[in-house]
Amino acid sequence: MDFTRRETLAIGGAAALVTLLPAGAYAATSEELIAEFTGGADMADTGVELTAPEIAENGNTVPIEVRAEGASAILVLATGNPTPPVATFNFGPLAASQYASTRIRLAGTQDVVAVAKLADGSFARTSKTVKVTIGGCGG
Amino acid sequence: MADGVKPRVKVPKSAAAGEAVMLKTLISHPMESGQRKDSSGNVIPRSIINRFTCEFNGEMVLDVAMDPAISTNPYFEFEAMVNEAGDFKFTWYDDDGSVYEDTQSIEIA
Repeated sequence: MDFTRRETLAIGGAAALVTLLPAGAYAATSEELIAEFTGGADMADTGVELTAPEIAENGNTVPIEVRAEGASAILVLATGNPTPPVATFNFGPLAASQYASTRIRLAGTQDVVAVAKLADGSFARTSKTVKVTIGGCGG
Repeated sequence: MADGVKPRVKVPKSAAAGEAVMLKTLISHPMESGQRKDSSGNVIPRSIINRFTCEFNGEMVLDVAMDPAISTNPYFEFEAMVNEAGDFKFTWYDDDGSVYEDTQSIEIA
């Protein structure tokens, strides 16, 4: 069987794609949620702050804080959870600051992502890795 | 309605006009994620509070869409601008259609 150079490249590319798919399955869900929130717009690296502990002993209650000056909404995702969405904070006209603190569940060590919709309509994204000793999804 | 749901809210008694006040809210609720299984291996169905809102004199302060990754007994801390005396209204919306409410008034010092 003879392969032209073009065919060889095509087969190699397809094989690489198939290998990458399973690993990308979870990440795609988070990325899809972010794309849905931003409408596919580009995201800046600055403008949103996410505070979370580096190590959380108990994944059932991990305290987090989000802050984004002038933001109208902040989306929080736990990329390694069975269902990545955590919460969406929508700030009204009487919010004194675009700040909120809550407690979340994390299934294991993973990245927590915050995406903010800023006052000028642009988006900012930040993420933080949290090490979890005991997971919090009752699996 | 889940059993023993009790909202607890901390609002200062008074504030200066134009002051930002810190509000803390806690509601006792199991927030069943729909991921856990009982002793016989059946999935325990999801039962969470899916939305929390805070209004001051009818104007929105914060509106949170909540997903199962919010911990048991959801806690929120945030800041509101107080320009006049009035009432803070806190509302929690349960998956089963129940609505839990609490109202706290604040005066201008």
